[in-house]
Amino acid sequence: MTTFVTDNCKACRFTDCVAVCPVECFHYDDDMLYIDPEVCIDCSACLPECPVQAIYEGDDYPEDKEEWIAINAQRAPELPVITEPMEPLPGAEERKTELGF
Amino acid sequence: MSSKDPLGSDNNPLCVAVVGSGPSGFYTTEALSRSEHVVRIDMYERLPAPYGLVRYGVAPDHPKLKQSIQVYEKIAQSPEFRFFGNVNIGRDIAVADLRRAYHAVVFACGAETDRRLGVDGEDLPGSHTATEFVAWYNGHPDYRDRVFDLSHETAVIIGQGNVAADVARVLAKTVDELRHTDIARHALDVLAESRVRDIHVIGRRGPVQAKFTPKELREFGDLEDCTPFVNPEELLLNASSEQELEDKKNVNARKNLELFRGFSQMAADKSRRCRFSFLKSPVRLEGDGRLQQLVLESNRLEGEAFRQSARGTGQMEALECGILFRSIGYFGIAIDGVPFDPRRGVFPNRAGRIMEADTAVAGLYTAGWIKRGPSGIIGTNRADSVATVASLLADLPALDNPDSKAGAEAIMPLLERKGVRVISYRDWQRIDAEEVARGATQDKPREKITSVEEMLAVL
Repeated sequence: MTTFVTDNCKACRFTDCVAVCPVECFHYDDDMLYIDPEVCIDCSACLPECPVQAIYEGDDYPEDKEEWIAINAQRAPELPVITEPMEPLPGAEERKTELGF
Repeated sequence: MSSKDPLGSDNNPLCVAVVGSGPSGFYTTEALSRSEHVVRIDMYERLPAPYGLVRYGVAPDHPKLKQSIQVYEKIAQSPEFRFFGNVNIGRDIAVADLRRAYHAVVFACGAETDRRLGVDGEDLPGSHTATEFVAWYNGHPDYRDRVFDLSHETAVIIGQGNVAADVARVLAKTVDELRHTDIARHALDVLAESRVRDIHVIGRRGPVQAKFTPKELREFGDLEDCTPFVNPEELLLNASSEQELEDKKNVNARKNLELFRGFSQMAADKSRRCRFSFLKSPVRLEGDGRLQQLVLESNRLEGEAFRQSARGTGQMEALECGILFRSIGYFGIAIDGVPFDPRRGVFPNRAGRIMEADTAVAGLYTAGWIKRGPSGIIGTNRADSVATVASLLADLPALDNPDSKAGAEAIMPLLERKGVRVISYRDWQRIDAEEVARGATQDKPREKITSVEEMLAVL
């Protein structure tokens, strides 16, 4: 069971998920967020918060997103923790529309 | 007052009492500690053990969710934080006393009871609240002596949220599936003798409106000795429900429906069945001295998408059952000295400021379920507590008081006079260690101590 962020977060980084994370397992770089699977408790609170549905859990993800499980596990521990929501990246709203949300 | 340092500075620290030690209480503490102000936070909890519903609500077979306790343990280490367990605010200490001792009081005491069905026979023996059952199997001291008669083979749960799912799953699991969890031993013993084979989880609206999270629902497909079942006819949708499903944001409903469809095709090759039924409302509970059957009325949905309500069709059916749990929402309990909304079961508030009529009551705040009602999961309360603390900190100038606020130093003498044995965080750590040690001998993460007296005896 793993919860992970996928490339839908790229260029959006809305960070709504961060406000409801009970354990502060989100990390960030300039592009997007990542979940540290060692810290995450798989509570699902963040899933419905994401305006672009970038977060998946368990075995319930599209096949082409599978690589993001490993990317989250590798990137998160190297990056700073994000403890409270930030401003979305410039152009996030346009990107959201582009993604169909 | 003008010569005094501003509230929240070294010489005039902000003293806050937090009532309740569940997630909301700890996230309130965290948000206060992280503010730029100098704060002192005293947390009051009526039980000797902290963590509220993470300890006494989260199902024993969901250990990962309980790892949020590690975050609370870290918060509890902040130097400005103190824990006072085994102190009942409203009984041992009046709210007025707290208000005198602190600049602000934040009530994060949760919703302690269930909403009532409001039907005849609701109080027959055999009819229970989900809360009681959950608190019982989780070893809550107030509920350890409850008796649940599991000798009849049919059990009914009214409601279709995650609490209903927890109750159904605990009834559906074999003792071996629960043995190595932190379930209370008294519960394991009773469940070992359970003759429940048919579990009905009944909702007044349809499969698209069920409030389960897909992950909770999915677990029913993987039980050792129980098959989930749905009548395929109950999965036929009206136009408004189809429209709800199409909404891109309604991911959970789409996933749930897919799971229900899967359940409707499953071969019932296990000894227990868990049936999810929709569009039915309890009309009355019947029985001679105890619950024997439930009368249900079929509903249809009326209204536009996302605003559909269930209307009775007049078509009745009876379901024989030996035990029933209502799980249609937790409900808060009033505390003397705090305004209460008896209709919603919450402390009336605006952005966390407790309101009396249309005026904010100076220095009283609220967070979590007693603030907004029983919705959301553990993490939802983090954002909620942060919002309450933002309101509190915005009020700082008004909270400053010419009299110094002594905090717990003013409260302790009152408790001493009443002979209350106050539990410090260090005391709790000893109880915690004892529980873990008792669990280790049985290959359990812990064996909870289920009476207050016995917890105190460890110290």
